[in-house]
Order: sequence, then C-alpha cells, then structure tokens
Amino acid sequence: MIIDRKMSAGVLNVSRRAVSLGFGAGALVLATGLPAFAEEAKPEPKWGGDGMPNGLRDDPTLFVSIAQDGTVSILCIRSEMGQGVRTSVPMVVADEMDADWARVKVVQALGDEVRYGNQDTDGSRSLRHHFMPLRRIGAAARQMLEAAAAAKWGVPVGEVEADNHEVVHKASGKKIGFGDLAKEAAAQPAPERDALKLKDPSKFRYIGKGKTSLVDNMAITTGSAIYGTDVRREGMSYAVVARPPVYGGTVATLDDSAALKVPGVLKVITLDPPKFPTEFQNLGGVAVIATSTWAAMKGRDALKITWEDGPNAVYTTTSYRAAMEEASRKPGKVELSVGDVDAAMKTAKSKVEAEYYIPHHSHVSMEPPVAVAEIKDGRCEIWTAVQSPQAAKDRVSKRLGIKLDDVTVHVTLLGGGFGRKSKPDFCIEAALCSKAMDGKPVLLQWTREDDLINGYLNTTSVERIEAGLDENGKPVAWLHRSTAPSIFALFMEDPKHQATLELGLGLVDTPFDIPNMRIETGAAPAHTRIGWFRSVTNVPHAFALQSFVAELAAAAGRDHKEYLLEILGPDRKMIPKTTEPWWNYGENPDLYAINTGRLRKVIEVVTKEAGWGRKMPQGSGLGLAAHRSFVSYTAAVVEVAIGDGGRIKIPRVDLAIDCGAHINPERIRSQLEGAIIQGISVAMYSNITFKNGVVQQTNFDSYELARMDIAPREVRIHLVDSTGYDAPLGGVGEPGVPPISPAIANAIFAATGKRLRSLPVGSQLAS
Amino acid sequence: MIKFNINGKEQSFEGDPEMPLLWYLRDVQNLTGTKYGCGIALCGACTVHVDGMAVRSCQMSLADAEGKKVTTIEGLSLDGNHPIQAAWRELNVAQCGYCQCGQIMQAAALLAEKPKPTDEDIEAQMGGNLCRCGTYPRIRAAIKLAAEKA
Repeated sequence: MIIDRKMSAGVLNVSRRAVSLGFGAGALVLATGLPAFAEEAKPEPKWGGDGMPNGLRDDPTLFVSIAQDGTVSILCIRSEMGQGVRTSVPMVVADEMDADWARVKVVQALGDEVRYGNQDTDGSRSLRHHFMPLRRIGAAARQMLEAAAAAKWGVPVGEVEADNHEVVHKASGKKIGFGDLAKEAAAQPAPERDALKLKDPSKFRYIGKGKTSLVDNMAITTGSAIYGTDVRREGMSYAVVARPPVYGGTVATLDDSAALKVPGVLKVITLDPPKFPTEFQNLGGVAVIATSTWAAMKGRDALKITWEDGPNAVYTTTSYRAAMEEASRKPGKVELSVGDVDAAMKTAKSKVEAEYYIPHHSHVSMEPPVAVAEIKDGRCEIWTAVQSPQAAKDRVSKRLGIKLDDVTVHVTLLGGGFGRKSKPDFCIEAALCSKAMDGKPVLLQWTREDDLINGYLNTTSVERIEAGLDENGKPVAWLHRSTAPSIFALFMEDPKHQATLELGLGLVDTPFDIPNMRIETGAAPAHTRIGWFRSVTNVPHAFALQSFVAELAAAAGRDHKEYLLEILGPDRKMIPKTTEPWWNYGENPDLYAINTGRLRKVIEVVTKEAGWGRKMPQGSGLGLAAHRSFVSYTAAVVEVAIGDGGRIKIPRVDLAIDCGAHINPERIRSQLEGAIIQGISVAMYSNITFKNGVVQQTNFDSYELARMDIAPREVRIHLVDSTGYDAPLGGVGEPGVPPISPAIANAIFAATGKRLRSLPVGSQLAS
Repeated sequence: MIKFNINGKEQSFEGDPEMPLLWYLRDVQNLTGTKYGCGIALCGACTVHVDGMAVRSCQMSLADAEGKKVTTIEGLSLDGNHPIQAAWRELNVAQCGYCQCGQIMQAAALLAEKPKPTDEDIEAQMGGNLCRCGTYPRIRAAIKLAAEKA
C-alpha cells in the first residue's frame, strides 16, 4: 500500500495520532455539520460561495490542526489540478494565523460537502470564493491561540500577539510556541465572525508575495506524487471499458471468448447503458478486468462487439455546421434587446457582417480519467482524480445503492482537469467493476482514445454578427446570433438553445456602448455529451466578438486599439438588460457589475507593455483582444510571424489581467502562461469532428495540441490590480484563455491581410 | 525469461514479452513516476532512459528491453537533486505535474548530450513532450537555468 504517501484522509486521521491534540479533536464536538442553506429559509438569492450547493464553511476546528511538535496541518478542500490550490489555500490560512510556512503541511480533504461546504473545483472559484473564509479560519485559529496563551499567563488577551508560530507577551517578554498551546487552544471557543480581527494586508507575509514554492514540488519532480492512476491497493486488478462509439449507443452483440483467453484477463462484464438525460452517468459498454492495464487493453482489443448506434449516428460535422449556419441566418430566440436594431440597421450608412465557426474541443488532460474503487462490508471507497468529489460520492452511491455516508472519496492529485473531471462517470465504472470482482480493488483506466471518443466536449458554434455603422464607421446597430448545442442537454430535455449560464459567458455581457443591440440564439440539438471546458462558451463568444471588432476597425481604417476603446465607451458599470435574469458567474450583479473601466485599463496596460503600434517586419503582425470572464478582465497582444508555406510562429505574447488583489501572484502568472498555451492549441490546432456520430480524432496525431516549437519564446504577464483587498476577487484559472484565439486571428490579419473566421487556423494559410 | 536492469537493480520477467516497458514499470514494479499519456509515443509522458538514451517506454516491449539498463524518474538521482529537478523546483515549473517526470527525463537526456542547449535545441528535443497545462515557457527557462548552473 503506497497510497497514503501524499494524500491523507483528512483532519480526523491526523488528530487520531497520539502526537496531535489539535483542533481536529475539537472538531468532533464543535462541528455542527449543518449545510449553509439549512440555516435560513429566506428566498433572497445567495451569491458567490454562499450560493453554491452546501455553501461555505469557516469553522477553524474543521480546517486547522496543531500537533504538539508545532506542525500546523491545514485542510485543503479543493482539488489540485495545476492551479496551485494545495499551496495557495494553506498559505492564506498560515498567513492569517501567523504560522511559520516551514512548519505547515497541507492535508487533502475527503469529499464531504455536508461537512466542508462546496468542494466543486470549477469555474475559477477557489480563491474567489474561499479567500475570505480562509482568512477567517486563520484569524480564528490565531485568536484561539492568543486566548489560550493569555489564559495560561493570566494576562488580558489584548496584551498578547501571535508572531511567527508563537504567541508573545511583550510586557513580560514571555513566549510560547503554537505546539505547546495546541491543547489549550483547541479547548477555546471559536470566535464569532464579528469578533474576528483580520490582519491588515500590509502585514501579510505570504499573501500577495508570490515567494511560496509549490508544496508538491519535490514529489512531482521525483515521481512520488500520487495521481489517480498511481493509486495501488493490495490485490488490485486493472480494467478498461469498450464504450459505444456513438453517444447513446448500446451493445447489440458481444463475443468475449477470445478476450477471455488473453493471458491476464480475469473477467468481462457488460455495463448497462445510461438513461437520458445522461448527466454524469457512465456510458455503458463492456468492461475487461485483468491483472495489468496492458492485459486489460489486449483483452478489450479481442472483444467482438457490434453496436446499436441509435439516433445520434446522424451527427456529422459538415452537415451539422451547415445547419448551424442556416440557423444563424434567420431570426432566433431573443436573449437581449436594447433599442431598435431593425430601424437602426435600415438607416445605417454601411453594414459589416461576418460569420465565425468554432469546433468542439476536448480537454485531453495529460492524465486521462481514472479511478480506483474497492467495496468492503457494504462500504465503497474510491481514490480518484476528480474536481468534484461530492458528485463522485453521490453518483456512486445512487448507482450502486450504497448509502451516501458509506461511500468515501479520496482525492488524489489531478493530472489536469479543465472541467472534464467534474463529471464522475469513470468513478461509477470503477465501482461497478469492483462490485463484479466481489469488491476487490479495481483501477479503471481510460485510454487516450477513450478520452477523445467518449468525452464531454466543449460546444461547437456558429457566431454571426452584423453591425450597422454610422459615417465614422462606428456601430449604431448590432445583431449577434449565436448557435451552439447546450451543456444543459446533459441534465434535461435538450433545450436546443444556450442556457442563461452559457449566455452569461461572454455573449449577453458584451460590454460595448452601442445604442441598438440584439442578441439571439439559434437552435442546435446536442448529439454528443457537451460539457464545460476551461472558459466554456467564452471561447467561441470571445473569438467572434473580438475578431469582429478588429474587422470593424479595419473596415473603418482605424487603429484596432483605439477603435476597441471607443466601442467600449466611457467607463461605467453595466448590468445587461437580458430577457432572462443575467447569470453573472453566480456573483452579485451589484458587487460584480461589468466594469468597462477595468477592461479599458487592461487593454491600455497590455498595449503599452507590448509596444502596440511598433513597426513590424514583413510577414509579422500584432493582434489584440480583450474579454471579461469569471468576473476578471483580460487583454492580450499576440505577435505572429508567418514563415515559408504559411508556417506560423508566435514569438511573443503579452497578457494582462485584472482579477482584483493578487493572492498568489506566482500561480496567477503560471495560470496565465498556461492559458496562453491552451489558447494557442484552440486557435491553431485542436478540432474535434464527427462522422456518423463517431469522433474522428483518436489520439494526439489527429487531435493536435501546442508543443514546445509553437510556444512563444517570450511570454509577459502583466498583473493589474485596480481594486486592492477592498473589492471581491475575480477568477484566475480560466480568464486567460478567451482573448488568445481572437488575438491570434487578428495578428494573422495584421501580418497577411487574411481574415480567418474558422477555427482552427490549421493549414488555412498554407498555399 | 527476460532480464534487464531497472534503476541499478537486476530484474527478470516471465510474463507477456510484448508488454510495453511502461506497463511493466507501473503495474508490476509500482514505479508510477513513469506516466501513461497516449500509448503511441506522441506525448512523452512515459519517457525513461534506456542505456542513457531518452526512450518512450510505451513503445518498448519487454522483449526489446532484454539486457538493457533502464533508468526511471525514481532512479534519476538518489536525492532528487539532479540539476534539472532542482531547476524545475526553483522555477516552479509544474502546474498539474503529471507530464513533468517525462519532461524531466527528456530534458536530462538533452543536457547530457548538449550541456548548453540553444532555443532551437530545446524546441527540437522537447517537441515530443506534451504539457496540457502549458508549462513550456518555464520548461525552456528551467533547462537554461540547469545548463547555466551545471
């Protein structure tokens, strides 16, 4: 059993050890475990983390444990998938409690939202929602330590102060370490929220500094870090599944005789198909369980299966794209209407219209979906790389008929997530395989081919924009039709139109100052599993919008930056006048209204830093794009150089973000560097297509990603903070992606005069 | 029976000689630092050293490994302080970290061959290693840092 090396079952395990008499022990008594929504029945909407299922917790006894040797263990309830939460989360708590970072360790929480509040690591929410609760946890722990020291010394609590892992009484010069106070501090009542004294930000030692190296650095660089696929249990077998190639397909006939003869194959089982809507259910098919992954894969190759494809075999990209284009050329469902677009269009001096196409994208995290399950005495234990352990727990419980409390989900490191690993279909498969093996542990591995063929794809869309212009080339009328299949087909009868959530991702929140604007959606049925992918529908919406503005600037013979700032209009706070209530990333529209001044600022910063307007050599060009997403503001300038045969190089990218205060600037930079590369993949290469219901891309040869050769040699990240710690935070993980693909298309236009409206760029420049 | 050397230890195997080295390392030896990413040598996550050369372990059968010396990430350095590993930590290269063992093995082979690699060398030698998180700019910087310090 290697598995407990880096992950742990939570604070309870820590506190059970004899050496640790910390807050964890108190948790047994103090934690009420009431979900936030049960506390009050008011109909008022809840925003941010409070509006998430199971809400937020800030009880220090749940999250902080101090051992007698002084080691401070801090629970991380969010999943680590490269964004740095396992470093940033304990860093915030440690700073507020004045702990010494060298004596802090992070403990990964089990999936248990009733206890810990929402754990769904998604939507660029971890620090945005948890920064303040984490600060409160740290402050409460510090005050409990101070109260314990004051009581011990018989002095007023106001005379003592925590400082770097000890509590100090200045007047007498007395000092006592956190470890020596652990027991008494645990016995102190946790302070009420209004009695908490948060640090003045000028006193932060770790927050905002970016000097904290990653807690998993040593494990990652030496190969000892444990991802989902690295979990090893005594007597474990390995499984792969042959799933229907067409969404909703079923097994018609199965001959497993040859598979069962493959050395190492232990068992072949048929998995029931899902019921529609399929949500997070597994897709059905045939599982092969064997003594090694290799034997399982060989066994799967030897299966003889005929599939009943079902109605989604009609899904073929070429005809579907044509149908989306057709839908976008006729009136759609009105999602936002301001002024009188038709009248203004008639009187406009000129018109510009353009149609953009964005294909499906697949997450292809480097670690494909994987889970280990083991069932013993009616209890199921899962070890897996998931963004939402609660979803895994809940769906496994439902599918196997095991009580929710009897399903335990251990969260390993995630080898990438990007939204795919919010959906625990693979955990259900692992549990079904374990059940078939009489509960013995089974590691269920998706291959890369499985990941591409049976994933949850980002939507595909046709975006058609039409602008009526005045004599200066400025839009007086704006009509945008967006046609894309909806994520919500997973959860309900197919709505065939983007839902409020998808509309809020860069479509109805178009921040332009145009008197007459209408935004419509066309109908597009879903024939595959549409899921969320880093930045979600911001990717197609921003590509179209930010390409189109550059087209308008070119049509007016204007500088793109100046034109963009002009169309953005005067600095103001905006709330879109949508048909349905505006979805603003779950945030309070008053606190998080669209602030065009912040968007202007990142545009100004990035253009200045990138040397916008500098003379470019023949065949090179600069492209600009800006976008608000996840309540943060980003702008990018991309430099492209076109070589022989239309070969594109990207020597340099500048990207600016205003996400509010920078909690861990080092990880903000790394997230944005990564977003640039992911944006380059989206713009240049990646393209999922279907033929007769089947994905045509099966591995990294046909589904291409950015590699080292296209990675810009110069990447400059510019952190803008126009609000400080007084304003609520914006997201970081996703907002870097949307501006990249339009900035690349705009740069290609600047370099070549060719306007590419269809992604990916691929070989469109090859001549 | 197939015999080979893994991280300095003699090993033998009597099972399927077609089994790729990758799955032997992971499922038989529990050396899980070597990662599966694509299975067909397109991503480099499974990179190990075979007789000192960077090799995709998903493409080397155990039969082909007969008599060879295999070094995995676990055996790259006794204390985890190979200059590449140290540079990776100094620059906080990793995001999710999954591909990084393969990147480190590839980069270590590159430095062994070219102690002062140029940008072109780095692009040519590291081009087979995918990173979906997009850590390429830091990988480039960390290779240069390791080269500088070596």
